[in-house]
Amino acid sequence: MAEHEWDRERLLEIIRLNKDKPGALLPILHGIQDALGYIPPNSVPLIAEELNLSRAEVHGVISFYHYFRDAPPGKRTIYLCRAESCQAMGSEALETHAKRRLGIDYHETTSDGAFSLEPVYCLGNCACSPSIMVDKEVYGRVTAEAFDDIIENIQVNAK
Amino acid sequence: MTIVYVSRDSSALSLGAEQVSASIRAEAAKRNISVDLIRNGSRGLYWLEPLVEVVTDRGRIAYGPVGARDVPSLFEADFLQGGRHPVCLGPTDDIAYLKNQERLTFARVGITDPVSLDDYLAHEGYRGLRRALEMSPSAIVDEVTASGLRGRGGAAFPTGIKWRTVLNTASDTKYIVCNADEGDSGTFSDRMIMEGDPFVLIEGMTIAGLAVGATQGYIYLRVEYPHAHRALNQAIEAAYRSGYLGKDILGSGKCFDLEVRLGAGAYVCGEETSLLESLEGKRGLVRFKPPLPAIKGLFGRPTVINNVISLASVPIILDKGGEYYRDFGMGRSRGTLPIQLAGNIKYPGLIEKAFGVTLREILYDYGGGSATGRPIRAVQVGGPLGAYLPQSQFDTPLDYEAFSAIWAVLGHGGIVAFDDTVDMARMARYGMEFCAIESCGKCTPCRIGSTRGVEVIDKIIQGVDRESNLALLRDLSDTMLNGSLCALGGMTPYPVLSALTHFPEDFGISAAERAA
Repeated sequence: MAEHEWDRERLLEIIRLNKDKPGALLPILHGIQDALGYIPPNSVPLIAEELNLSRAEVHGVISFYHYFRDAPPGKRTIYLCRAESCQAMGSEALETHAKRRLGIDYHETTSDGAFSLEPVYCLGNCACSPSIMVDKEVYGRVTAEAFDDIIENIQVNAK
Repeated sequence: MTIVYVSRDSSALSLGAEQVSASIRAEAAKRNISVDLIRNGSRGLYWLEPLVEVVTDRGRIAYGPVGARDVPSLFEADFLQGGRHPVCLGPTDDIAYLKNQERLTFARVGITDPVSLDDYLAHEGYRGLRRALEMSPSAIVDEVTASGLRGRGGAAFPTGIKWRTVLNTASDTKYIVCNADEGDSGTFSDRMIMEGDPFVLIEGMTIAGLAVGATQGYIYLRVEYPHAHRALNQAIEAAYRSGYLGKDILGSGKCFDLEVRLGAGAYVCGEETSLLESLEGKRGLVRFKPPLPAIKGLFGRPTVINNVISLASVPIILDKGGEYYRDFGMGRSRGTLPIQLAGNIKYPGLIEKAFGVTLREILYDYGGGSATGRPIRAVQVGGPLGAYLPQSQFDTPLDYEAFSAIWAVLGHGGIVAFDDTVDMARMARYGMEFCAIESCGKCTPCRIGSTRGVEVIDKIIQGVDRESNLALLRDLSDTMLNGSLCALGGMTPYPVLSALTHFPEDFGISAAERAA
């Protein structure tokens, strides 16, 4: 996808819906990422202008937070928990399995564009470790086999 | 119509509660039985989730763990009348894990429909607020001070004193901010409250607003909690509709507005000043203190910033009085602590107990030992910045001062157990790595120290100049402890040095060297 292919009007709508809130930048960035899946780098000047901020300030905020991304992700994003409770229940083995199964490392997207893989530091599902989240859906006690089932189910449903 | 409960808690959902719920509806429809299916919070008995409860004349009868496949056989067994079935657990209230708790803050979680205001009111909800509306701001603060409540986010600062400072600081605008950026591994009590009883948090924040003269509240919620986000918004909407939030609360002329704001995956934003920066729409850089947020907080105004559990404990304190709450606990740790038991443990869950219960009781009497059946070798208490404790320290009571006496912290009450396959040098390395990933970058000891820490531990693990690198690690830890701006850099040495102190053999230090 070429980078300019986002709808300027739609973006302005999101910005204007939120810009009068105190501390508007994070709600705006969430709004854009919810709508587009990422925050296009060339939307930064527009956001900056509307909020009367410098482009550097907007870029600085986007790059500070792990959750915001400046490139389109795969169709589904898999967040794999790396925190202590999941480690105590074998998340390192799950991590190795997931990377091999998907053929990608963290912060990468599969070549067919189906999945992105991101590390996450706790999903608050620690009583059911190890955990992953696919978009907004959390899965607990995830074995390698369960991981494959989740992936296959998504692939089947996508067809 | 029979009432059936299946949880909407995200951990229950992560184990298939949605499928169980759908399956019960489908099976009931197939059999022409009408069932009132309510999606409650979780009881916190996570090894039993998805838990299904049925209201009978013997009280609520529990079944669990229930898979979607078990549902037809549950109907066959007449579970709607509390019938026998292999997964029947008997009356929920008789389950020892639950029965032996002191549930004050969690009194309603798992019992009510989390987003039903009527249900909240039917279970003693909003009684604290009604009482607070008849009191002067100062009297409300006195009540909280009398309860002995200390901040449950981890720092354990007396809540009443914080509120008093905000009350006494003159300003036309003040704020109540709820820190719901629950990022510590092994913790989920904030999430359970927000998903299982969001009104109690809303009520607590409204009372805080009355107490200090603030009319705007924000819940800063981590983005990793989508289910909590939905439940909070549903509850806030219901509270507005019925006059519990907004311009004229219950006709008192007092106003309080409340909004949820999402974080964006930065652990450091759980630090209060970083959180305030983030709420203002900036990078989550930690601020210097002073000024305290109570004096110059959000947008430079006096701000009460408290953890979810602290605020959610306020309604019962106002309802039943500060003394009632203070009568639980030990020493200077008053009231109850919602303990979150996680990691490699047979019976993980939420255990709300008065302070004073020992780690051993939690790990074995409640937890039943490790999930793998191997010996528990280490536990980390208080999240990724908490110390690792060896078996010899398991008799420590859960009390802020007792933990601080053994160079450990209770933090937010999370306990993560590890069996004897854990490599503590790797856990120490992870402690530094996590700090490096999450550092806000403002102060050097945290930003650079954590990365150097990973490198030094790598050398120790590889056996390169071990003696001098161990000395270097201790020296570096000392710098981070004393020179960091906030707890992220300042407490990363807790997991690192406690691992080294209690488990030196994992760092290649032999018994002979230890004796020397």
